[in-house]
Amino acid sequence: MSAMDVISLFVYYIVVYNIALLYGTVGEIVTEKSGSMNLGVEGTMAVGAIGGYLMGCLTDNLYVGILAAFVFAGLCGLLFAWLTISMQANQNVTGLTITTFGLGLYFFIGKGIGKAWPVMQQKEHLLQQVAEIRIPGLADIPIIGKGFFHQNILVYLGFLIAIAMWFYMNKTKLGLRMRAIGENPAAADAVGINIKRYKYIHVVLGAGIMGIGGYQMGLNLGGTFEGSNCWINGYGWIAIALVIFANWNTAKAILGTLVFGFFNTLQVYGSALAETFPKALGFLNAIPAQVYQALPFLITAIVLIFNSVKKNKTSGQPAATGINYYREDR
Amino acid sequence: MKKIVSMFLAVMMIATLLVGCGGKKTSGSDAASSDFKVGAIYINSQSDTAGYTFAHHNGITKAMDKLGLSKENLYIVDNVAEDYTAVSNAIDTLAGKGCKIIFGISFGYIDAFNDAAAKDEYADIVFSHATGYMSNDKNFNNYFGRIYQARYLAGIAAGLKSLEIGNNKIGYVSAWGTEYAETCSGINGFALGAMSVNPDATVTVKKISTWGDEALERQAAEYLLTTEGCGIVAQHCDSAQPQLVAQEQNAFGCGYNSDMSVQAPKAHLTAPVWNWDVYYALAIKTAMEDKDNFMSVVGNYYGGLKEGFVDISPITDNCAAGTQECIDLAKELMINGSWDVFSGVKLSFVNDNGTWTVEKTDDALVTNDGTQVVAAGGASVEDGVITGSMNYYVQGVTEK
Repeated sequence: MSAMDVISLFVYYIVVYNIALLYGTVGEIVTEKSGSMNLGVEGTMAVGAIGGYLMGCLTDNLYVGILAAFVFAGLCGLLFAWLTISMQANQNVTGLTITTFGLGLYFFIGKGIGKAWPVMQQKEHLLQQVAEIRIPGLADIPIIGKGFFHQNILVYLGFLIAIAMWFYMNKTKLGLRMRAIGENPAAADAVGINIKRYKYIHVVLGAGIMGIGGYQMGLNLGGTFEGSNCWINGYGWIAIALVIFANWNTAKAILGTLVFGFFNTLQVYGSALAETFPKALGFLNAIPAQVYQALPFLITAIVLIFNSVKKNKTSGQPAATGINYYREDR
Repeated sequence: MKKIVSMFLAVMMIATLLVGCGGKKTSGSDAASSDFKVGAIYINSQSDTAGYTFAHHNGITKAMDKLGLSKENLYIVDNVAEDYTAVSNAIDTLAGKGCKIIFGISFGYIDAFNDAAAKDEYADIVFSHATGYMSNDKNFNNYFGRIYQARYLAGIAAGLKSLEIGNNKIGYVSAWGTEYAETCSGINGFALGAMSVNPDATVTVKKISTWGDEALERQAAEYLLTTEGCGIVAQHCDSAQPQLVAQEQNAFGCGYNSDMSVQAPKAHLTAPVWNWDVYYALAIKTAMEDKDNFMSVVGNYYGGLKEGFVDISPITDNCAAGTQECIDLAKELMINGSWDVFSGVKLSFVNDNGTWTVEKTDDALVTNDGTQVVAAGGASVEDGVITGSMNYYVQGVTEK
């Protein structure tokens, strides 16, 4: 393998193994910006994964699977929305409940009753559809060409959603209203915005986006349950950390995903880089894996400190996130 | 609206209740022939469907079935962390239930087991601890298996396949490397097996530094097959990801813990497996019938191919010609005790018009930095080294 190949493969793996983080992060940002703190990312992704996989296998269609992942995870979001917005339950506790519930449902189907369903094994055709699509011209760019422009549809969709959500939240009237609710629901209510409707829509939308990420992870891992813990594997929690890293900005979430992905991938590919560039990167071999495992969280901690030092001016954290809105309290 | 929802929920609750009642079996009528009670302490949940706890739970229940003990005689405390107080409490609970033998499956239970076994009030209970190294001379033993023997056999399958496909590089995805004697001895056993049939074979280890992370296991396998250019990938990790990757890339692989032909029918050669029930049947039977002599009959248990405690899954059609023959020959030597893996004697296999024979050659066991561990013709390294302190790779192994 030439040095170029090693690097471009490295970039490719950063993207394909970590794109699910982007889905999770963008979904959580949409949720939080509209004033809800959904800590159930892990469980929501798991439900999206199992729902999408099941429907994808059933119909032999990758796109039906994407839709199903969105819908199933969206239902989790709906449950969260009903409990916290209509029933005024504590958002943190409800989020954790959704995680437990979602993982439970995942295991119940994937490792329990689903074992007897022949449809769960009909994955071959579905997996074949996760084929790489080459974008002419761009795919030939050295180093990043393969990683960003020779990927499967679920990778492209992840970037697309992140950019679309940035545009929606920052450049449209609806997005502005939605952010207003996250900052000050009473004020938004006073100008006549339907708080409940906006919150419901965005919690469900956010959860649906997370679900597609779970679906991507499942397909990327070959859709197998035996000897498997869970496809999501803690990525839902990392996504919550990434929200802070990205400063509640879905465009920055792309950067955050790549930075986290960089360290994730370095754990496995560090030695290949060290071997290819012994002088410049030889030191990578000496770094214990535990450092890589800890780095993403260390970086988040540092970003948190920076954010708090810089005071609230540039912080993207919505002021009313996590606080239930009682109309009667105004 | 709210009323309708609450009514619906109430109806659902009642329905669930009824379903629950209907499913309840009247148990206990099929009273066991014996009232011997077995206790077990698990690190994870007893309802797991794969993995370490599952393997042990499966082994214990299978052994009890074999001995005609009812499931009601098994008392379990599960999800017990490797914490002295937690384990001691679990032991007290099981002793209180009247268990006469208590198994602990995780390494970190060791001190709590050691102290409990020394207590006078628990003198009539047998304590049995997996993967540990402590014991006493009356009621406390440890048990583990010579999985390196099974890995040697899997290595033979991989070595012959490497000759067939003309690629001497064999990859190995491992949870850990030389940090743990368990992973280290497994890698060495596998490598020696591969080199017995293909002297030019090399084993490239990619360690992922965690006992369970599917995404990393997959990435490591892709790394070995794509970047390192290996043609076969073996594994010491839980999930079947390395085998799935091997299948996707038209390569081959050796799984672990279960027959992974299920997941990768086109790639899988054979997998080293554990038969925990072999030990559990022996231990429970002895505790039932001859408890006072438990330590002389069972003792510290380190079973291998001979006892049927470790083995390999049936070799598949993906294997090269002669695989079964070579494996059978090597297996026989290990079963009759005339040869073992980490000794100063190397095996080689000769094919004479379809009849395979095994030859022994005196050859020193040398580490990959050139240090001699066993002189040519020397006896096998001690069991204590294999289970506890092996921290070197043999020649032909590199870690990336």
